[in-house]
Amino acid sequence: MRALDDKGAGAHTAGVAAPSDARPAIALRGVVKRYGEITAVDGLHLEVPPGVCFGLLGPNGAGKSTTMRMLTAQTLADEGHLEVLGYALPHESKQSRLEMGVVPQLDNLDVELTCRQVLGVFARLYRVPRAERETAVGRALTIANLVGRADTIVRELSGGMRRRLLVARGLIHRPRLVLLDEPTVGLDPQIRQELWSLIDGLRTDGVTVLMSTHYIEEAERLADTVAVMSRGKIIAQGTPAELIRAHAGEQVVEVYGPPERLAQVSELAAANGWPSRRSGPAVAILRAERLNGQAPEGARRPANLEDAFVALTGEDIE
Amino acid sequence: MSAQAQELTVGADASARRIRRLEPAALAGVMSRDVAIFGRYWRATTFSSIVQPTIYLLAFGLGFGALTKHVDHVRYIDYVATGVVATAVLFSSAFPGMFNTFVRWQFQRTYDAILAAPVDVEELITAEVLWISLRAGVYGMAPLLVGIAFGLPPSAGMLLVPFIGFVTGFGFAGFGVTIAAVAKTIDNFNYVTSAVLTPMFLVAGTFFPVAALPAGLRAIAEVNPLYHCVQLVRDAVLGSLGPADLGHAAVLVAFALLMWRVAIWRLGRRLID
Repeated sequence: MRALDDKGAGAHTAGVAAPSDARPAIALRGVVKRYGEITAVDGLHLEVPPGVCFGLLGPNGAGKSTTMRMLTAQTLADEGHLEVLGYALPHESKQSRLEMGVVPQLDNLDVELTCRQVLGVFARLYRVPRAERETAVGRALTIANLVGRADTIVRELSGGMRRRLLVARGLIHRPRLVLLDEPTVGLDPQIRQELWSLIDGLRTDGVTVLMSTHYIEEAERLADTVAVMSRGKIIAQGTPAELIRAHAGEQVVEVYGPPERLAQVSELAAANGWPSRRSGPAVAILRAERLNGQAPEGARRPANLEDAFVALTGEDIE
Repeated sequence: MSAQAQELTVGADASARRIRRLEPAALAGVMSRDVAIFGRYWRATTFSSIVQPTIYLLAFGLGFGALTKHVDHVRYIDYVATGVVATAVLFSSAFPGMFNTFVRWQFQRTYDAILAAPVDVEELITAEVLWISLRAGVYGMAPLLVGIAFGLPPSAGMLLVPFIGFVTGFGFAGFGVTIAAVAKTIDNFNYVTSAVLTPMFLVAGTFFPVAALPAGLRAIAEVNPLYHCVQLVRDAVLGSLGPADLGHAAVLVAFALLMWRVAIWRLGRRLID
């Protein structure tokens, strides 16, 4: 894992001399989406600068997937302004879709086609010129590490292979913006690692990435900037390091013990006004560096994004 | 964006390409998927498209034919051979319209993937309907080939049949897509199959003349696009085209255009929320 410190937004675009006046890749202002009584997205403001990997972190039901669908105009906002790559949605959405790639949360590959056919169809859909299609398909197969499986029918691929093909399909036309909706949900750790390096590679190539996730580790590892979404709104935004510092401090003391002991520690924390949370079989006391030795006995560890997340949303995830 | 950044941005050339409505490239892209999938099941489709009319001709042509030699001055087996063209077109357009649409949209989520690409609902549905109707036009010829084997004389008018099948198939594919869009579950298709499609293909002058029916049923036949398809095909194949056939053709074209727009409207509302 890289040091959190060199993850400042745009650090990896140093070679491109990221222009300070660059238009945002995605700009949402006051976006609202309602489904009957439920307000899935509730006055969302979101700005993704070009060239960064931007993580949209939130629990299930926070409105991440609805937001992702709105960016391709497959869901239409009830209120607000949406702009993707400088194109106003939904009116100019087709133009923006031409220049971006989408990797959906749910596998929607054509199971009856071979990998090569799937990529060939999407090369056409994304208007890759005829003369370049074969090269584009070859490149995508390489990205997905499926060159040896080019003529295998999707149905016969393993889960990890399918997910890699799904990512490669979204990259067939060398998009300058990629939307990844929960890219590693339900995958085993090894496949998750593979996809992480793939996503990291995109960023190195200067592609803007917007990734929604409810895996904190994923956001912490990949994202330059993380926006925490809860109940349809962004409630905090910054680099992972900034968010941790601002919302969980530097250190955490975790106290383990039987339930009575944990209840006691929780009460103690509440009485002293220490921010704390239940974390599995332990009580975690945040900002332990400020306690000057008053903290109860326990295991000290650096604060992480999960602490910040729970402090922000009050919701435990993953 | 600075000139330097512009150069280095991947896909920057794409912004030069302006995108319009109903683009041929989008239609071709969606249809290329259908063609690739067709490569997997064309054998089964072709087999059933030959076997079905053969069964009809054996059962009705030879069975009933033993009782009835001629209908409307036409050899009964030729009457059935030309009639079941419409049946073949109906089944090879309405069913794919219903089932393929529902499966790709609800189960495989293929349409979600396509609509995330630069393809809009109108292009997606138009391409799907176009593909189904092209196929229906070609497979509509199968009963004639079987008919020829049973003694139907080949005629120049047969060359019009794929076009008639295409227009009719376009309408019924649009009808199928519309049913898929309004159906709650795939089982709902049973209502349509039994209450709409089956009577429709029986009250179309396929196996017996509509003129023999009571006035009420005759009126239904008049608004049944399949009846107009049957009449047009029969007149074309048997060399008896007349002014009335312009009317039949007009009904089929109007039906096709209407169902095309209705399909886009109904499914569009479900695909984009």
